[in-house]
Amino acid sequence: MKQPSGKICTVISLMFIFILVYVAQNKLDAYLIRILNLGAMYVTLGVSLNLIYGFTGQFSLGHAGFMAIGAYVTALLVLPPYYKEVIFMLEPLAWPLNVIHTPFVVALIAGGVLSALAAFIIGVPVLRLKGDYLGIATLGFAEIIRIVLNNIPHITNGALGIKGIPEYTNLWWTMGIAIFTIYIVKGLISSSYGRALMAIRENEIAAEVMGVNLTYHKVMSFTISAFFAGVGGGLFACLLTTIDPKAFRFVMTYNILIVVVLGGLGSITGTVIAAFLYNFLLESLRPIEAGFNLGPMHFPPIPGLRMVTFSVLLLILILYKQKGLLGGFEFSWKWFFQSIKKVFKPKKTTEGSTL
Amino acid sequence: MEILNLDNITIKFGGLTAVKDFKLELQHGELVGLIGPNGAGKTTVFNMISGIYTPSTNKIYFQNRDITGMKPDRIAKLGIARTFQNVRLMDNLSVIDNVMIGFHLHLHSNLASAIFRFPGYVREEEGIYQKSIELLHKVDLEFNKEVQAGSLPYGQQRKLEIIRALATRPKLLLLDEPAAGMNPQETKELMGFIQKIRKDFDLTILLIEHDMKVVMGICERIIVLNYGQTIAEGNPAEIQHNPEVIKAYLGVEAQYA
Amino acid sequence: MSLTMLLQNIVNGFSLGSLYALIAIGYTMVYGILRLINFAHGEVFMLAPYFLFYSSMIFVLPWWLSAIIAIVLTALTGMLSERIAYKPLRDAPRISALISAIGVSFFLQNLAIVLFSGIPKSVHRPAFFSKLFQFGEIRIQSTLFASIGISIIVLSLLIYIVYKTKTGLAMRAISKDIETSRLMGVDVNKAISITFVIGSALAAVGGILWSLRFPQIFPTMGTIPGLKAFIAAVVGGIGSIPGAMLGGMLLGMSEILFVTFFPAISGYRDSFVFIILILILFLKPDGILGTKTQEKV
Repeated sequence: MKQPSGKICTVISLMFIFILVYVAQNKLDAYLIRILNLGAMYVTLGVSLNLIYGFTGQFSLGHAGFMAIGAYVTALLVLPPYYKEVIFMLEPLAWPLNVIHTPFVVALIAGGVLSALAAFIIGVPVLRLKGDYLGIATLGFAEIIRIVLNNIPHITNGALGIKGIPEYTNLWWTMGIAIFTIYIVKGLISSSYGRALMAIRENEIAAEVMGVNLTYHKVMSFTISAFFAGVGGGLFACLLTTIDPKAFRFVMTYNILIVVVLGGLGSITGTVIAAFLYNFLLESLRPIEAGFNLGPMHFPPIPGLRMVTFSVLLLILILYKQKGLLGGFEFSWKWFFQSIKKVFKPKKTTEGSTL
Repeated sequence: MEILNLDNITIKFGGLTAVKDFKLELQHGELVGLIGPNGAGKTTVFNMISGIYTPSTNKIYFQNRDITGMKPDRIAKLGIARTFQNVRLMDNLSVIDNVMIGFHLHLHSNLASAIFRFPGYVREEEGIYQKSIELLHKVDLEFNKEVQAGSLPYGQQRKLEIIRALATRPKLLLLDEPAAGMNPQETKELMGFIQKIRKDFDLTILLIEHDMKVVMGICERIIVLNYGQTIAEGNPAEIQHNPEVIKAYLGVEAQYA
Repeated sequence: MSLTMLLQNIVNGFSLGSLYALIAIGYTMVYGILRLINFAHGEVFMLAPYFLFYSSMIFVLPWWLSAIIAIVLTALTGMLSERIAYKPLRDAPRISALISAIGVSFFLQNLAIVLFSGIPKSVHRPAFFSKLFQFGEIRIQSTLFASIGISIIVLSLLIYIVYKTKTGLAMRAISKDIETSRLMGVDVNKAISITFVIGSALAAVGGILWSLRFPQIFPTMGTIPGLKAFIAAVVGGIGSIPGAMLGGMLLGMSEILFVTFFPAISGYRDSFVFIILILILFLKPDGILGTKTQEKV
């Protein structure tokens, strides 16, 4: 049997996903849709972190900051002007932000672009640092971004945050953007530019001696990564409808990092699986701390128990899957058809055991 | 025609002078050996030529152009390639990707055309893929092209590293102990291979090597370093009989005895 | 700005700095040995005042005894966290151990919410720590002196252990080269456990002194001081114990002086440490007292 072309398979599976999203958006209850939305948003965020960390090898802990920029820009652009007047109680919103009103897609792109711009400015000096030092410096920049947002009430409404952001985010947006992110990042890393990025990850000195311009490639990867983090932040704002600087503490970065490492560093497939798994797990554990009645006995809610359980599961996972769920494995159609062949045409000697 | 000129360069790390007043002129097409006991500063010289270190004093000229303080990638672009004493391959990438990264300098496609696979980009990639296969063929690695570079036997890794350096189309090739870890048979093949690529690619080669059979067998001129300073220079026969060299080497040998 | 106020703030800065130093030691020692950023250290720090609170409030033990119990329990927690969550990952990719540390951090913080509730608790401050000293016009609370004094005593003890005892020698050997130390007969596991015990005990002392200074305790109280102390360790040169002390002092002092001199932008107080961090990393990437590490080519 000749293997079908990968392009055709991709188109077919995209159509399949399209139908699934259509069904999900119309038939599933709000709770499940929310989990899927969060999962798809984490795919975008995770794949973008994987680009700079998993593929380029640059330990970046700045994602919460880039998300924050994207989230605030998006929120400010999609909020209707009259409403901005109402919620900006500390100080009125600065011109021209108080009159601008754009469609969701424009706001998302603007958020991504501004976030990318910030990454570019930060990246040129900071990407000279290596390893943990780079991680802690990017974390520092992200915290500075958050603290600045907290202290410019005429733009961000300060610590009060922005409430009542229109809930534009639905599965079409989150899934669409997740797929777009995967398409771009996959396209990048499997290109000649991606080869240079991975060469830097593997051996920086050798890559440089082969003529790879380190600064250019690192900054490029960092900027593209921040663009998608910013877009993810925009999705976040219009999914939760409320944002404040506290939402972008470095714990947010940890969450994305956990998704990427649990999935397997440098595997987009792993990130996708881990992103959905992570959110399903977090949500399905919610009843644990909700409190319940068992016959005549009443068990009061126990705040914190959900995260205790979750962190234990996380520890077990990382202790037993030290290289993440998939290691460095990546899905490909070639692999897919070979596996199918193996299942349907088992060798005679192993026939008994494969069934 | 002079291709490389190290004009009495010196480099200090903290208080330690690693290389002192080192002078070297390479003529186009030469094959020159750089030898000396461990810690003599040979690799440091390579690191200065390839831009990883910058000399503390004086300058390096490549084709009469001052390259002192240039970044390694710019120096690579001018036409200097090298291998490393402790092989530095991209271990988790395939053999073919390791060679293709060598062609990085000669790519022209922009980012968008690469991500979206415009026809021009695809042609360019196919071109360097073919050239990489041809290069791999020279060291009989074309059948291992999809193997992870880090999983190759050591001798093959060394060959792959040389091939990768050739892919940058260098004018000057710096080989840092290419025969290290090779058995006599492999070493013999390597000597032939170095002479062949020198002719085929019109190269000038500077070679660090501890295996005297290699150095004496293929180098036309040899420079001996000890404690960061040149103690002798000449053709293989002269070097073999130079009392300074014998002293430097025997002194080291004596320590082991 | 009067001179009195300046002096008062300098004492204040010293006191805050000594607390950062106490916490920073734990980060720097663990990093020095395992190359692991122990993100759970801030949570270990948070547990100590809770242990103190419960043993003195519920079991009505005298304050000093409760403090000792709290330090012992905290040290034990730190050691256990290493045994359970980091030891199995010693040969795993470094990032996996980091994720494990984040997991421990989540676990301890939320366990504290479950056990102690998320509502802040007010800590009883023994009279000894609430005295006001008057030097001319300067009035300084005894807590400040106490935290400086106790820190100096504890840090001297630490320096003695690390530089004068056999255990300290083992710890220093491991941080240079874990494999060779093992070959030379150093009991690596024991030394690592002791490192965690010492680091956590110092964090416990820091946590208790912190709760005397800021008498509200809550499960997330360790996050920001923990992060700042980690930055102090990086600024001082991670892996270096004197560096952590210096970094802690520098950060505490400059934070207080920043607020003193620029009250108008005191909202940026928390960002100041990051600015120092980034400046240091650009100027001297290995920290003030860090040893230069260059990759051999």
